[in-house]
Formats: sequence, structure tokens, C-alpha cells
Amino acid sequence: MTDQEKLLQELLEKHKAGTLKPADRYAIPPQLMPAQDEIERRSNVNEVATGYTETQARLEALRCLQCKNAPCVQGCPVKIKIKEFIAEIADGNFQKALDIIRENSLLPAVCGRVCPQEVQCQLPCTVGKKFKDVNKAVSIGRLERFVADWGRAQHDESIPQIAAETGKKVAVIGSGPGGIVVATDVRRAGHDVTIFEAFHKTGGVMVYGIPEFRLPKALVKEEIDQLEKMGVKIVCNFVVGRTKSIKQLMDEDGFDAVYIGVGAGLPMFMSIEGEHLVGVYSANEYLTRANLMRAYDFGKGADTPIAMSKRVAVVGGGNVAMDSARTAVRLGAEKVYLVYRRSEKEMPARVEEVHHAKEEGIEFHLLQNPKRILGNAEGVVTAIECLKYELGEPDSSGRRRPVPIEGSEFTIDVDTVIIAIGNGANPLIGQTTPGLELNKWGNIIVDDNCKTAIDGVYAGGDIVLGAATVILAMGQGRTAAAAINEYLKNK
Amino acid sequence: MADIESPLIASAAKPGQFVIVCLSSAYSERIPLTIAGSDPKKGTIRLIWQAVGKSTTELGHLEVGDEIENILGPLGKPTHIEKFGTVVCVGGGIGNAPLLPIATGMKKAGNKVISIIGARTKELLILEEDFKAISDELIVVTDDGSYGKKALVTEPLKEVCRRPEKPALAVAIGPAIMMKFCCATTKEFDIPTVVSLNTIMIDGTGMCGGCRVEVGGQTKFVCVDGPEFDGHKVNFDLMMKRMQAYKKQEAQALEEYNKKHKCRIGLDK
Repeated sequence: MTDQEKLLQELLEKHKAGTLKPADRYAIPPQLMPAQDEIERRSNVNEVATGYTETQARLEALRCLQCKNAPCVQGCPVKIKIKEFIAEIADGNFQKALDIIRENSLLPAVCGRVCPQEVQCQLPCTVGKKFKDVNKAVSIGRLERFVADWGRAQHDESIPQIAAETGKKVAVIGSGPGGIVVATDVRRAGHDVTIFEAFHKTGGVMVYGIPEFRLPKALVKEEIDQLEKMGVKIVCNFVVGRTKSIKQLMDEDGFDAVYIGVGAGLPMFMSIEGEHLVGVYSANEYLTRANLMRAYDFGKGADTPIAMSKRVAVVGGGNVAMDSARTAVRLGAEKVYLVYRRSEKEMPARVEEVHHAKEEGIEFHLLQNPKRILGNAEGVVTAIECLKYELGEPDSSGRRRPVPIEGSEFTIDVDTVIIAIGNGANPLIGQTTPGLELNKWGNIIVDDNCKTAIDGVYAGGDIVLGAATVILAMGQGRTAAAAINEYLKNK
Repeated sequence: MADIESPLIASAAKPGQFVIVCLSSAYSERIPLTIAGSDPKKGTIRLIWQAVGKSTTELGHLEVGDEIENILGPLGKPTHIEKFGTVVCVGGGIGNAPLLPIATGMKKAGNKVISIIGARTKELLILEEDFKAISDELIVVTDDGSYGKKALVTEPLKEVCRRPEKPALAVAIGPAIMMKFCCATTKEFDIPTVVSLNTIMIDGTGMCGGCRVEVGGQTKFVCVDGPEFDGHKVNFDLMMKRMQAYKKQEAQALEEYNKKHKCRIGLDK
């Protein structure tokens, strides 16, 4: 028996006897996420975090104080009954834990991996507060992932119960996390659901954007397979607004309701000199080439090329920037710099991703920002000129505004620059759907039920929120699906 | 050339639009091809392409009845067609294919259409009969003089611009270098010129930004803002450099493909 197992046994005995005190719980060491070796993983695309063992999961679950007011739930966009599912893990009732999560979340294996827990459920956690360190909060996300992976390993082929067919048709535009949730919830109510996807593969950002080493594609595929088993129809290579408009779908094809979950739109650039040089990518392009088109297998079957970079600068501080930098490492770059204009504290990326990125040798250039990109006569990137910054007064986002330091220019030699500073709204649906109301950034305006200005048309995720997360898209999907089901009841 | 059954795209397609073709979902690349014509009744679209890389070569090896796994479209903004007066349509090489539906549309809208079509050599000249049928005047040139007049398309274009009945609009589609010089020519005469760009793309719906070009000093996406732009504002030099981005890898992929693929009718002998 290992030390961990011994510890668990002792704790469980106390737990059963009802003598497990908060002090005992605080004394349990926070369970670290096992991960692939930090050198080895730089040359493969396999998942980095390998997941808790049963012992680890139960130990971590015993760290939870089972607070009466469960502050963690307030931090969860879909209000998972966190304290309840963690109690079941501690007791070894993994199936029950999974059932509890499933009441509120449809994609626990995904959310457990990609949710920014340290700013959501884990932020208000009492254990973290006690240690004055959010990183010592109960690892709710890792526990969620553990339960989801346990469930997957049971090969449970059962599908959710579906109400009697209503004969009503619902179109879901986009097969990302929001679309999957809407399709599931609306199909459960007995409606005939069709998902329209522009790409040749389903899964949206979970497939083109988030890399394999952070979210295995097989896992996304399981979710899509589940939808198909439920009778949801999936049409790929169909771009709504061009192949057919929303109006055509409703008037000609008889769809009674539509959900717009088209996700991220046009990548933003910085409007600086040199952005058109060869070797300058949007993160969307870089990640899509690498993930969806599998450019990491170029020459070994895949037809889509990607720059064979040696020295890469990634601009930005979010998850997408981390994903791009870490992808570049795996594609063989010798030196990868992450250039971010604020300090590490302001980085929107998940703490775990920042940690993994550093482990993989990515060099952080904080409080710096590109001024221009330099190239040679062939129009190929040779260097990036940066300015140093300092933090000034807080801006509208509450974060301290970065202010450039005059005359602080310096250059870094690179052959590739990846811009990961966010996306603007895709104009396609707006342009081709008269009656839809958009805000000044082109995002679709919806009410509390995710309903747009057009009856029967709902929207959620990035196209509404601007830059959001998988879980926020899922949360809006839930809201929209409930509203669609209600709307169709009376139609 | 191929007619491809795709009823949805065929009924939605308008002149100037393009599709993205992806031969197989597992590993193929996504390539943009401009639609050369569509027949909504038959439910088919016509694609004409030149085998330059691996995917276009592979596409050329398909036979009647074969299936293409993925076609997405129609993408891009359709050509703005109205009665302008005299419209001069200039096509070079494979650019004649997307030009044809535009020239046809211009004719139908009541314009006088002067078509100038060119190719490197006689064998590469396409759609001459089709252009003859819809043009008020047709000028054919080849670079090597093997057919029609020995000239680059800019030569007759200049001559047409000089005429007393100055064209109200020029449309130029072809290799980037040809479009660049067509625009230089029409600029002298202050004739508005539309060009159709075919840059490197992945999704074709605005998401990747790989297709971006500089138009009038601003970044534009060919897939959603184009593919047609005011040719006098396009930075062709920058665009041509970007189109070379993967030249080495493209050559490598083609070479490997050709090694594996044995031509069944002996064209590789």
C-alpha cells in the first residue's frame, strides 16, 4: 500500500466514524495533477495532464469542507451541484457523482479540462480562502474530469430519454459546445434537430482551436456520436448565410426555431507595420492548420502545410496564446517567446496552462508589446520590434492599463509571429439576416432567454458575448434550449 | 474541368463566388476554387482548375461518377452587376473560368461587353467559344503567339481604354501579376477596375485570416470582404509574396504524390 493509499484509508475511517474535522481536511496535501514528462511531451501531441487516480480523487474530495452555503456553486456558470458530487467522490460513488454533474452539465469531460476554474468555482472556495491562495482551493475541475473519465471508461452506451416526437424542427448553427448543448436539450424534448456546420468536421473550437494535448479529439467525437445516437442530424459543409439563409431555413425548409452558435469570428490584428509578411499568423489560422488540418502530420499523410518555424513570437496572454505557443513547441520550434503587454497577474489564461507553458520552455516576455514586424526582401518575417510597458491606472476591465515606455524599443529575431489577441464578430449571419439586431461590435443582441430580435431565432456563445469560454457558451446554450422548448410548446 | 453535383450550392451560387473543396476529411487540405458556372436545374456547378499542386492534381485524377467528400459554398460576396455601359472583361489563363459567369451577367444586364482573353500558349486557352457567344467583341491573345495575337492582355486592354467610347468598368481576373498590370493600365485612363483574388485560405468563412490582403492601406479578408476588390487599391506586391508562403512544401507534397500515383492512361510516361 502506498503512503497515499494509507492516508486515504485513515481519513476514510475517520470520515465514516464522523470524526473527520476541518483541521484534518486542511491537512490533506492538495493533489497535484499528474502530467506527461515535461521534456518528452514537447515532441508529441498527446494529452499533457493525465488525470487523477482514484486515490488522488478521493483524497482531493476529502479536502472539501462541504460548506453549508457552497460558495463554489455561485462561481459556476451552469450551477453544478459541486458539494454534492464531491461528497459522492469521497464516498467512492463515482456513478452517483457523474449523475449529479450531468443534471447541469452535458460535457463534464470537456469542462473539467478547459474551464478556467480558478476564476469560477475555485475562486470563492473556502479552502483556498483559508490558505489565501486560490491554487490551494479544492481542485473542482480535476474532480469533474476524474468523474467524467471514469464514466467514459465504463462504456456506458445509454442515451438520455427522449420525449415523444413533436414534429417540430429546430436548426442549430454551429457544432461547438453551445450547439451541442442546445441540440441535446432540444432533442430531449422530442423535437427534430439538425446541426449545420461550416467546417468538414464537427466540434467547433474544441476541434479546430483547442489542441489535442489539452483536449483529445476522441473525447469531442464521443459527444457528437452521442448526439447522432439520439437522432440529431448533422450536416457539415453548410455555411448558413451563404448556402442558405436563416430565412430560407425557416420559410422553405420548415424549421420552427433556429439557434445561432457560430462562435468566434474574424481574428483581430494589431494594425502595425509588417502584419502581412509571410510567417505572420492569426492564432486561429495557426491552430486550425495544426489541429483541424493536422499539419503536424505534413509529409506523413496530411496535405496542409504550416511554417517550419525555429523562432516564434506569440502575442497575447490568453489560453489561445498558450495553445499557440505550446503547439509551436510541438511543431519543432527551438525558441518560443510569449509577448504580453501586461504582467502575469493580468493574464487571462488558465493557471495550469501558464504553468505547463513555462515547463515546456516557453520564454515569457511580460510588459512588452510589438511595435512593428520586420521582414526581408522576400517578404518573410525576420524579427519583431517591441516596446516595453509599465502598468498605469486600472482601465474599464478593472485591470491596470499598460502604458508604453518611450524609447524602450528592442528587437527579437523570429521567423514566425502568431497574433492571439482575440476575435471580432463574423459579419456573415448579420449581413444575411435582416431583422437581427447587432451591437456596435457586430455581436448579436439577445434578451435574458438568449432570444434575438427575430421570433424563433436564438443565439449564444462568442457571437453574442464576444470572447467567451466553452462553459459560458454551454450556459447560454442551456438557457436558449429551455427558451426554444418553451417557445415550441406554444407554437 | 468538372461539373459537380451539388444542388444546394448550384441554386445559391452567383457570379463571382467560390467554393472550398476538401477531398477527404482525414488529411486533405481545403482549397478555394472559383465557380465557373452553375446550373440550378441540373443541380450542378462547374469548376475549372489548373493542376499546380497536390490537391489540384489529385482533383484532376477523379473520374466521372467519383465523389468529392467536402464542398462548401457558395462563398464570398457576389459580383456587383448592373448596367454600367461598356464593360471590358480581361481574363488570363485559368482566370477565364470565373470571368465567364461575370461577363455573362454583365451582358444580361445590358452592358456592351468587350472580352480580352489570354493564355501563355494555345493549349492553355480556355472557353473561347463561350466568350464569343456572350461578348460584343472578343480579343484573343497568347504570350507566345501560337494562337490569336502575340501579346499580353494589357496591350489590347490599353487599346480598348484609348477608344473614344471609354469603358465604364474593367473586370480583370487571372494571375496576380496580370491583374497588377491590368490595374496599372486602367488607372492611367481612370477606369474603375474590379479584380477577383484567390489567396491562400483554410475555412473560407472569415475565421482564419490567412487570406488577408491590403486594400487601400487596410487589412481585408478575401473570403468575406471579397473575393472582388477595387483593383486600384490592392497591394499586389504584398499579396504575391504571401501566395509564395508554402511554395517549398507545396512542391514537396506534389512530388510525393506523383511518386505514389501511377497514371492509368500513361500521361506520366
